[in-house]
Amino acid sequence: MYFYRSHVLVCGGTGCHSSGSADIIEQFNAELKKQGIEKEILVVQTGCFGLCEVGPIVIVYPEGAFYSRVTTDDVVEIVSEHLVKGRTVKHLLYHDSITEEHDIKSLDEVPFYQKQKRLALRNCGVINPEDIDEYIAFNGYKALGKALTEMTPGEVISTIKESGLRGRGGAGFSVGLKWEFTSKAEGQKKFVACNADEGDPGAFMDRSILEGAPHAVIEAMTIAGYAVGADQGYIYVRAEYPIAVQRLTMAIGQAREYGLLGNNILETGFDFDLELRLGAGAFVCGEETALLASIEGYRGEPRPRPPFPAVKGLFEKPTLLNNVETYANIPQIILKGSGWLQEIGTDKSKGTKVFALGGKINNTGLVEVPMGTTLREIIYDIGGGIPKGKAFKAAQTGGPSGGCIPVEHLDTPIDYDSLAAIGSMMGSGGLIVMDEDNCMVDIARFFLEFTVEESCGKCPPCRIGTKRMLELLNKITEGKGEEGDIEKLEELGEGIKIASLCGLGQTAPNPVLSTIKYFREEYEEHIRDKKCRAGVCDALLQYTIIEDKCKGCSLCTRVCPVDAISGQKKQPYNIDQSICIKCGACLEKCPFGAIVKG
Amino acid sequence: MKTLKELEEIRQRTLEAINLRKDRNGIRVVVGMATCGIAAGARNVLTGLIDQIRDRRIQHITVAQTGCIGVCRYEPMVEVYYPGEEKVTYVNMTPEKVERVVTEHLVNGSPVTEYTIGAAEKIH
Repeated sequence: MYFYRSHVLVCGGTGCHSSGSADIIEQFNAELKKQGIEKEILVVQTGCFGLCEVGPIVIVYPEGAFYSRVTTDDVVEIVSEHLVKGRTVKHLLYHDSITEEHDIKSLDEVPFYQKQKRLALRNCGVINPEDIDEYIAFNGYKALGKALTEMTPGEVISTIKESGLRGRGGAGFSVGLKWEFTSKAEGQKKFVACNADEGDPGAFMDRSILEGAPHAVIEAMTIAGYAVGADQGYIYVRAEYPIAVQRLTMAIGQAREYGLLGNNILETGFDFDLELRLGAGAFVCGEETALLASIEGYRGEPRPRPPFPAVKGLFEKPTLLNNVETYANIPQIILKGSGWLQEIGTDKSKGTKVFALGGKINNTGLVEVPMGTTLREIIYDIGGGIPKGKAFKAAQTGGPSGGCIPVEHLDTPIDYDSLAAIGSMMGSGGLIVMDEDNCMVDIARFFLEFTVEESCGKCPPCRIGTKRMLELLNKITEGKGEEGDIEKLEELGEGIKIASLCGLGQTAPNPVLSTIKYFREEYEEHIRDKKCRAGVCDALLQYTIIEDKCKGCSLCTRVCPVDAISGQKKQPYNIDQSICIKCGACLEKCPFGAIVKG
Repeated sequence: MKTLKELEEIRQRTLEAINLRKDRNGIRVVVGMATCGIAAGARNVLTGLIDQIRDRRIQHITVAQTGCIGVCRYEPMVEVYYPGEEKVTYVNMTPEKVERVVTEHLVNGSPVTEYTIGAAEKIH
C-alpha cells in the first residue's frame, strides 16, 4: 500500500448508498483525476458511520473533516477547495462537528459519538470492508492466530464464559455456556451457524456490521469452530441485504485466498470453512430452530425445544448458533481477555449494545452504547432529541417482540434484566421513539399486524390467537370498541405468551400488553369516548370547517379527491362527513386555518 | 496460504498506510499552497514530499496544505511540526531540498538549519 496524504472515506452502508454514495465515489475519482491529484488522495468506501440521518457522509483525513448530506455538486467544491488548496469547506461540514471557533472536532468529541462506545462497530466507518488487509491492519485475524496457537479450545470457551458476554440476538443467554454445551455435546460432526436474519422492523445493526466489517464475523465463527470442534459454518443472511451478501461473499473469498478459511489454517492443522445461505425474508426464520430448518432446505418452521440446537441442530448434529453482533464482539475478547469486557457495562450485562434509532428522533441512525446507559442519554444526548420540540411519549425496544417504555422509565439504565422488568426486552436492538403524535393503540395494532402476517401458522395460539387480538385492535381503532375488549386482549395475550411454540408467539403480545399497562387510558378513550388523542385513528376523526374563518376561497374543494366539500364562493364551505375519507388534504391547503381535525 | 508472520507483515504494512485515519499525534508537515506558493512551484514540492515519504515508508506522519503563510517571497514554504516542539519553517523549497529535509529531519530528527527561515533571514 501507498502513502496517501489524504484519505476520503465515503460511507457505503445501505442508508448512504441509497442516498447516492456510489455516485459520490465516482465523482470524487473523476474530480481528483481532473485536478491531477489522484495519486495523492485515496478514496475509500467504508461501512456505516452510524449517523444515517445526515447521509451521505464523507470524512476527509488527516483533518477528520466530517461532511454531511454530500451531493455530487459538493464533491467538486470539496476537491477543489479542500483537497487541492487545503481549505476545509466550512459550509458543508456537519454542524455538530465544528467548535464555535469553527475548528474541526475529532470524531469522538461530536455529541453523537461522545457517549458511544463502539466495540462491535469499531471498524465500521474506519476501514474498507472489501479489503482484508485493512481489517488485518487493525488487529484483524490476530485473535484467530492467538486462539489457534496459544489457547486450547477449553481456554477459548472459558475466556468467553468469564467475560460475561450474553447473546445479542434478543434473549441474552450466556454465550460461553452455549459454546460449552455445543463443545460437550456428543458427536464427531458439529456445525457453527450465524443468525444474520435480522427481521425486526427498523433494526439494521447486523446489516451494518456485515456491510462494514464482514471479516469480524468470519474470524469469530472460525474461532467458534475451533472452540466447539466444528469444521463447517453457515451464515444465514437475508436476501434483502444485497450489499451485506455481496461483501460477505467477497470477504469469504479473500479469507480463503489467505488461507484463513479452508484446510490447515495458519499452519495449525485446523480446518474450517464457511458458506452463505440466503433467507427469503420470513420473520420466523430468525427463530433458531426455524432458521436451521431453512438452512437444511426445509420450510422455515420452528420445532419444540429441547433438544436445543447445541445438542441436535443442523442435520441433527450439535450446532452453535449466535447472531452477528455477538460474533462481532468475540475477536476483541480473545485478544484483550475476559477481564476487558467485564469492566464495561452493568453487573449482569457486560459490554455494549448496538441500537438502531428510528422514529421521532433527530439523529436517526446506529449507536453503540455501554450496557447501563439510560434511554434518556440515548434519545436526548446521542439521538439529539425529538424533532420540532414535541414531547416524548414512549420508546419501543425489541421490535414486534418488545414493549413500549413510557416517560417514567426514561432514566432506567438499559440492560437485559431492567428492560424485562419493565415489560419490554432488549431484542435485537431496534429502538423506535414515539412522540405525542403517535397513537399507542395504533402502534400496538401495527406490530400485531406484522406478527399476524409473519406467524408461520404451525401452532394455534400464535396463528389464531394473534389474529383474534388484531381483530379486537382493529375494532377499537375503528371506533367500534366495547367495554371488556381491553380485558379480552389481556387474557388472550397472556395465553398466547404461555402456549406458543416459539419465541415469535411467546413475545408477540408484548407490544399490546405493554401499551395497555402504561397507556390504558388511551385504549379507554378510544372505546368510551370514541376519541384518538393523537389524531391518528381515522375513524375517530372528523375534519370540520370553522364558519367564521372560512373565506369561501374554494381551494379546499379543488384538492378534495372525493368531492366531499361543497359551498358557494365567498360563503363558508361545508364538508360532507359521509363522503370524507379523512385524507387531510384540505387541512394542509387551507390558507386561513379554517379547517380543524378532531 | 498465509502464516502468522506474513499476517503480521500485512498488518504493519497496511497500518502504515491507513493509520492517518486514527492517529492524530504524529509529525505534521504543512506545505503553503496559496496562489503565491503554487506560482513558486509548491505543487512539485508537495508531490516530491509524498513520493519521499512513500519510498522511505515513514510512519505517523501527515502531509497537509495550508494557505498563504505570509512571507510570499520565501515560497514555496514547508513547515514541520513535531508533537510538543516548536515548528520548523523551511523556505524557498525545491523537490531536491525536500529530499534532504526528509532524510535528515523527518527520518533522523535533526532539522536542516541552512534551509530554514532563520538562515534565510541572516543572509538578507
